Amino acid sequence: AVALTGKPSSFSTDEKPNSLEEITNYNNFYEFGTGKEDPVRYAAAMTTDPWSVQIDGLAERPGSYGVEDLAPDNALEERIYRLRCVEAWSMVIPWIGVPLSSVLNKAGVQSSAKYVAFETLNRPEEMRGQSYPILDWPYREGLRLDEAMHPLAILATGLYSDPLPNQNGAPIRLVVPWKYGFKSIKSIVRITLTDKQPVCTWQKMQASEYGFYANVNPEVDHPRWSQATERRIGGGLFGGRQETLKFNGYGEQVASLYAGMDLAKNY
Amino acid sequence: MKRRFNDLLRRLPVWAVWLAGLLPLALLIFDTFAGNLGIDPVRDIEWRLGKTAFYFLIGGLAVTPLLRITGISLMKFRRAIGLLCFTYAVLHVSSWISMEMGFLWSQMAKDVVKRPYLIFGMLSLLILIPLAVTSNNLSIRRMGGQSWRNLHKLVYLAGPLVALHWIWALKVFPVTPGFWLLVILLLLGARLAIRRPLGRGRAKGLKITN
Repeated sequence: AVALTGKPSSFSTDEKPNSLEEITNYNNFYEFGTGKEDPVRYAAAMTTDPWSVQIDGLAERPGSYGVEDLAPDNALEERIYRLRCVEAWSMVIPWIGVPLSSVLNKAGVQSSAKYVAFETLNRPEEMRGQSYPILDWPYREGLRLDEAMHPLAILATGLYSDPLPNQNGAPIRLVVPWKYGFKSIKSIVRITLTDKQPVCTWQKMQASEYGFYANVNPEVDHPRWSQATERRIGGGLFGGRQETLKFNGYGEQVASLYAGMDLAKNY
Repeated sequence: MKRRFNDLLRRLPVWAVWLAGLLPLALLIFDTFAGNLGIDPVRDIEWRLGKTAFYFLIGGLAVTPLLRITGISLMKFRRAIGLLCFTYAVLHVSSWISMEMGFLWSQMAKDVVKRPYLIFGMLSLLILIPLAVTSNNLSIRRMGGQSWRNLHKLVYLAGPLVALHWIWALKVFPVTPGFWLLVILLLLGARLAIRRPLGRGRAKGLKITN
């Protein structure tokens, strides 16, 4: 595939990104199995071309959009973001993509829309994990409209200078860096503008452990483990742990979205 | 057949079991230095040590049912199997303290009493410590056979706890530890259901109890 380039962005962190090998060989993508190595092993079976994204619901111009319509080459930006997994590990990833707001504006947001729902491809014959009832397929996630329109939220189509590898959610995925990784839904086939809070797969499965917001928050523990600290992948055997930052360090940009909300209740 | 097998086992020295039992550790050390571990070597080291400890624990629990059902005796090796389990369990916890938690004592202290998977894991370790410490002839003599046996029955509790430790550490219900939990419960059930070796004359058994 052709190399991708994205314009540098002031939203990028200057922390050292993880290597392409680390980012593409250690993934949670349960559609291909629950092991961290399952996605790299099995994701090649997924057909990503042709691909279209259905945008529907409260959109002015609903319809089927191609990846290149949503993320044209000349609009691509490089966004080097921290990624914090709910399992208390983290990485730094140089994504290439476009602001989610640009995509939503392309489809036109009706004034009654309050939320955005996303859906991953459901194709068990190419995604072997979907043959097992590990999760309620297809994988679904959602954002409040103001979260979705925030300039930090992007749809990524590339990684380093490569088109997005399948195991990382090809051909197009969400990246919301201030939320736990599972919110950043992969291999999106459907985006729905809606006035109701969307169903999210993990929240539906275990609401006591996974909330709708899922903002990175060291003060609110996951019931099974503490969220106070994290281990950076690639830190070596004795790299130790670092403190987890509220909103994954993006508080300055996003904290105002949650003004007045009790984040211990709305976790 | 059974006799020939037991003769063979009788001639196998205990140190051979120790040697074989330490092979997974040697392999892990080799893989670590050869760079054969995955993207997150810390997790791989921690998991491999933990799984090996767990499998030795199940092995130890299988010795008596195996003897009663098939007549094959691994009794001579049971202490080595138990101590190997303890060795791997200590290494597993050490890797958690040093590599996973980076010696963050305050967080560890808070987590150990709060997180179910850590409570299950630490309880199993606490159980294994006195068992390991008394795994020598002197202790058996000092304690007396009956109270030593009673103490070592605590391992029946450690088995299921370790399985729960593994199950609770993951986000979705994992098949492998679920399977081993079932195996452990079957092994414990076999102890209750089959009180004495199968295939021995009933009359003889009765004579003994009378």
